[in-house]
Amino acid sequence: MSVQAAADKTPAPDKRRGGSERGSGELKEERRRGRMGYWLILPGFLFLLLFFVLPVFSLLATSLYAKPPGADIGQFVPALEFNNYVRMLGSYWPELLRSFGFALIATAAALAIGYPMAYLIAVRLRHHALLRGILLVLIIAPFFTSFILRTQAWKQILADEGPVVSVLRTFALLPDDGRLTATAFAVVCGLTYNFLPFMALPIYANLERLDIRLIEAGNDLYASGFTTFRTVTLPLSMPGVIAGTLLTFIPAAGDYINAALLGNNRDTTMIGQVVDSRFFRVVDYPGASALSFVLMLAILALVFIYVRRFGTKELL
Amino acid sequence: MKNSLGRWLVPVIGGLAFVFLLVPIAYVFVFSFNDAGRTNLTWRGFTWDNWRNPCGAPEVCSALGNSLQIGATATLIAVVLGTAIAIGLVRYRFKFNATANMLIFLPLATPEVVLGASLLAQFLNVGAELGKGTIIIAHTVFCISFVVVTVKARVASLDPKLEEAAADLYASPMQAFWRVTFPLLLPGIVAAGLLSFAISFDDFIITNFNSGNVDTFPKFIYVAATRGIPAQANVIGSAMFIVALLIVIGGQVLAHRRRKMLAAR
Repeated sequence: MSVQAAADKTPAPDKRRGGSERGSGELKEERRRGRMGYWLILPGFLFLLLFFVLPVFSLLATSLYAKPPGADIGQFVPALEFNNYVRMLGSYWPELLRSFGFALIATAAALAIGYPMAYLIAVRLRHHALLRGILLVLIIAPFFTSFILRTQAWKQILADEGPVVSVLRTFALLPDDGRLTATAFAVVCGLTYNFLPFMALPIYANLERLDIRLIEAGNDLYASGFTTFRTVTLPLSMPGVIAGTLLTFIPAAGDYINAALLGNNRDTTMIGQVVDSRFFRVVDYPGASALSFVLMLAILALVFIYVRRFGTKELL
Repeated sequence: MKNSLGRWLVPVIGGLAFVFLLVPIAYVFVFSFNDAGRTNLTWRGFTWDNWRNPCGAPEVCSALGNSLQIGATATLIAVVLGTAIAIGLVRYRFKFNATANMLIFLPLATPEVVLGASLLAQFLNVGAELGKGTIIIAHTVFCISFVVVTVKARVASLDPKLEEAAADLYASPMQAFWRVTFPLLLPGIVAAGLLSFAISFDDFIITNFNSGNVDTFPKFIYVAATRGIPAQANVIGSAMFIVALLIVIGGQVLAHRRRKMLAAR
């Protein structure tokens, strides 16, 4: 309890600007600077408005398009065809649920792996600047190998005739006809693997700013290592954990590369694969748009509940 | 003692996590030396040929060129727009602050399929031709958010008094920005740019939706995966990894030396 209090009492960094006593000239300056602020954010926000907000409305509009009788493939007319949603949800709710299930397990696994990883670099190696820098780079550098190439590598490492399966079979950890690829297990492992950096980096960024003296204070007050972690380190790093879990869960729920490369076509299909094939193979733009829109709303709802429950203001 | 458990548990799990992260890269690297022929699935003997002739497989180098060009352009645009937003949001108060923060957060909270699909719906509706331009636009959207988030933290940790001091010394706002604020923000901007380039370079899903018939490196590999990825792709993947590692570690070593030199004084 006292440990928690010590953590609470650390003064927050003072972000206020300037002093409180200002002359009228300074006030005018302040207002000019205020207008300057709008000019700074305007171009970027125009870009996001044009290429993010507007497209989302385009998606919504497209999801309600109808196919006129006798139209060619890929020809649709603006309409209010709400049946698109009924049709898509009726057919693909299992894929939607499965995507969230897989993403949830992968996020939990990535947290279990990514937190110690971030803690190791940010806290244990705090005074080894060079080693810390190198390990940090090793988290980002895999992006340059291309994640599809790495996922394909996993596929071959875990393949039926590959080294891992034969070792597991030798020690009878896997039945003789057991396999690792083309299973839900492989897909979840792939998701965990691919989004691990998105978990580790925000947690690292948070732990890096953690005052180690707080941990030392916890130890001085005879809290066990675990108690100190539970009452001091973890609560203070919650913003990083929340950012990390969101940045892992969201892309994992929409991903389809892992399911396509490491899964099978029966019981590992994820919603992203369905959207992709609806768009490009079936050429059902309204259906694909409806599914995308449902996915977006579902994720936003989950994120909202999650941030409400655990969130802090300094999410970003 | 309970403490000792935590003492070795963190390095062990952390270390294993790095092994987990790097195993496939080691695999990619080893198989870049495979005398593979058409499919690079089983080991057929060591050769330097793939490294001597990395563009040997048709289209792999043009795909790589596209990826580099798209990544660099999207990163440049995102860094300029995103840094301005980050400074604006931290240093100025707006009536619609919450909305602005939401607008930055939303692209990160949107799965790639949705981002890709919505842009595709938009491009289809206005009849835009898909190609490099549409890929760059798509990448810039999510890169901006990453840049804003990264640079914002840096701006927030900056003492505004430094700029005020510059103003007191008769620096114009422009001079104060370029001589004081910008150099202090630079590490954050570089980190944001690197992250943004890395994510753009590695993106497949959004690219796949908005690329038309233009190939990027990840798209090339995905398409090739169905009939066997040529060993040259492994060469390029490994080479990019090594180059990125060398550049950043080189920078780290230089920074480390400078810190030591400053400390010695």
